[in-house]
Amino acid sequence: MQKSLHISADDCTGCYQCVLACSDEHGYDFNPMKSVIQVFKFEDEGRYVPYTCTQCDEAWCQKACPTDAISVDANGAKVVSEALCVGCKVCTIACPFGTINYNADSGKVIKCDLCGGDPACVKACPTSAITFVNSDTAQFDKMRAWAGKTDAGTQQSN
Amino acid sequence: MAWTGKILRVDLTAGTCTSEPLNMQWAADYLGQRGLATKYLMSEIDPKVDPLSPENKMIMATGPLTGTSASTGGRYSVITKGELTGAIACSNSGGFFGNEMKNAGWDMIIFEGKSDKLVYLLIQDDKAELIDAAQYKGASCWDTEEGIKAKHGDAFIRVASIGGAGENGVKYACIINDMDRAAGRSGVGTVMGSKNLKAVAIRGTLGVKVKDRERFATAVAAGKQVLADNPVTGTGLPTYGTQVLMNVINESGALPTRNHKDIQFEDAHDISGEAMHEPRKSDGKPNLVSNAACFACTIACQRVSTIDRTHYTVKDRPEYHKASGGLEYEAAWSLGAACGVNDLDALTFANFLCNEHGIDPITFGATLAAAMELYEMGVINDENTGGVKLNFGSAEALTTMVEQTCKSQGFGVELGLGSKRLCEKYGKPELSMGVKGQEFPAYDGRGIQGIGLAYATSNRGACHLRGYTIASEILGIPVKTDPLETDGKAGLVKAFQDATAAFDSAGICIFSSFAWTLDDVAPQIDAACEGDWSADRLLELGERIWNMERQFNLAAGFTGADDNLPARLLKDAAKTGPAKGKVSGLETMLPEYYQLRGWSADGVPTPETLTKFGL
Repeated sequence: MQKSLHISADDCTGCYQCVLACSDEHGYDFNPMKSVIQVFKFEDEGRYVPYTCTQCDEAWCQKACPTDAISVDANGAKVVSEALCVGCKVCTIACPFGTINYNADSGKVIKCDLCGGDPACVKACPTSAITFVNSDTAQFDKMRAWAGKTDAGTQQSN
Repeated sequence: MAWTGKILRVDLTAGTCTSEPLNMQWAADYLGQRGLATKYLMSEIDPKVDPLSPENKMIMATGPLTGTSASTGGRYSVITKGELTGAIACSNSGGFFGNEMKNAGWDMIIFEGKSDKLVYLLIQDDKAELIDAAQYKGASCWDTEEGIKAKHGDAFIRVASIGGAGENGVKYACIINDMDRAAGRSGVGTVMGSKNLKAVAIRGTLGVKVKDRERFATAVAAGKQVLADNPVTGTGLPTYGTQVLMNVINESGALPTRNHKDIQFEDAHDISGEAMHEPRKSDGKPNLVSNAACFACTIACQRVSTIDRTHYTVKDRPEYHKASGGLEYEAAWSLGAACGVNDLDALTFANFLCNEHGIDPITFGATLAAAMELYEMGVINDENTGGVKLNFGSAEALTTMVEQTCKSQGFGVELGLGSKRLCEKYGKPELSMGVKGQEFPAYDGRGIQGIGLAYATSNRGACHLRGYTIASEILGIPVKTDPLETDGKAGLVKAFQDATAAFDSAGICIFSSFAWTLDDVAPQIDAACEGDWSADRLLELGERIWNMERQFNLAAGFTGADDNLPARLLKDAAKTGPAKGKVSGLETMLPEYYQLRGWSADGVPTPETLTKFGL
């Protein structure tokens, strides 16, 4: 079963626990600037939105890489090989979503690797705004919510 | 580890920024933030100094857990001699600014002297420089923050600034960071303004390290679970914010109303956390948009609110149609019940303006309440107020006067003095509801006896955050005590004060203490920092800090006679509610408190007490 990060921005409070867990898990201490999940704040609307790589099946970053430094691991994560990455940044240009970025400290690019199948951001989130779920059914909860609204009051009672 | 080990010293007179090592012996004795910065302040200034003179210093300080993943670990404090009080001032703020300071590699910034022109400090990791701020002169905190971010082309810069109120000498100016988080009380923003320092802007990219990463992760996860499982931190605060208290305190008969003339407000529900959830008539939307969290906080008590667009305050002012920091309990009380005002939108508007221009809503609302009483007594009249009818209950008076105070216009100039100076000016000092020059927050010492003692003995003037006995007396945390009883309150107040001083020195939020004891905090500090940290050591450190702050105030000229409450709380019995017929029993609690503290009968720490804490 392939699993995906499922982000429900409605539940996000903007606390950065995911951001801190990510940088810590990847050896960068507690450093929001070195986290590959970021929380964007739309203060005027009171909205907080976590955002990270969605692990495209046909990944622009992977196709653009001239050194084949990006491969797919057992969890479906697109993973950067530090040994092969030359820091050319072409993948950062190719990614339509901006979720792969250059890290000046290492001279390589960094992106979400799903932490080998046990994402630190998911464990750190206090409101379950970020979950790690079956990719095939990731949106079923949303379907269920809409099904409830669509059908509300239309069924005959039995 | 956890400490960065570095202090930035900014000499505003000379215009220089220098790095120096943190005194690690002091860090072992005073931990960080409130305790450690107070130690530095005491060793570097004469407590008798004029707060607004160049000889006063102002310290922005983080704690060892600031910038880590410890829940609520994003705090910083501003420590100085307060202009409102003349006492030690320590105002604590959340948001994201504290983390940024730590991530830039600094435990503290010490500001000294006075700049000859308005400047702001820009810190980018280990690089710090003072930059001309002429273009922000008179600008609001909101415009200053947005302006500095735009000027440097970096939305990730975190800014703490003063508004025009701080520049103009309003006695209770705040320092605002992240648009609506405040180092709010005692006039720390007034001190900042006196130094011609408009803002501190920080970008930090260095990371914060802890001693034992794995053990720290375990301790943090355990702490987060305790917060999640607790009904106050897990449910009450995220849902209603601190505003969960409005109806509770009103029913307890301890909601100061109309300048403490009453202790129950008939319209408390209209300005409560519950009311913030109710759909309004005009657009069917509630006042509350969402809750929000400060850095690393898993409680998320912050309110994000909007004002009804058809409300008279904003119908022609679209700049206030956006969502912004909403009412916390203390502000809802001071702007609402204290002034007898029940208009939730007017309160929200006044709160927005306090954040925008950087004034403390508690002292502002309490000062307006005192002015309303002066007005209704005929001591001041329409000539003083420029024709504004300052009657209790008038939303128009509130919203007009908050704007005049923020902008130092009209009668707002006098309201900017705070209630003590205002009431003295008009010959009615007894109408100022506060201690040591600082106004009470939102609990009445007649209806909740322990908090009266906590106010009287608070080192920064009347304050609920120096010993929040409400937790025990109303909420039953850690054990329920009878709010109307004086027995045992001396010990309760001391225990809360000492533990709070430790929490405030760690880099975490005092709201965590609804669920956490020092037994929950100690493992996190122990895993993060050098040395062996136990709950007992933290409690002893807290008591050391309390005695040190007391020494500062005694040296500044305060005496035991200042550990007092206004006559209204001591002589005028509560008229309604569970406390009907009661006055504060301060005179029975205070001697026992001094004794438990190891202080003389006139409130001075004995030589044995000072020796015990190495002071």
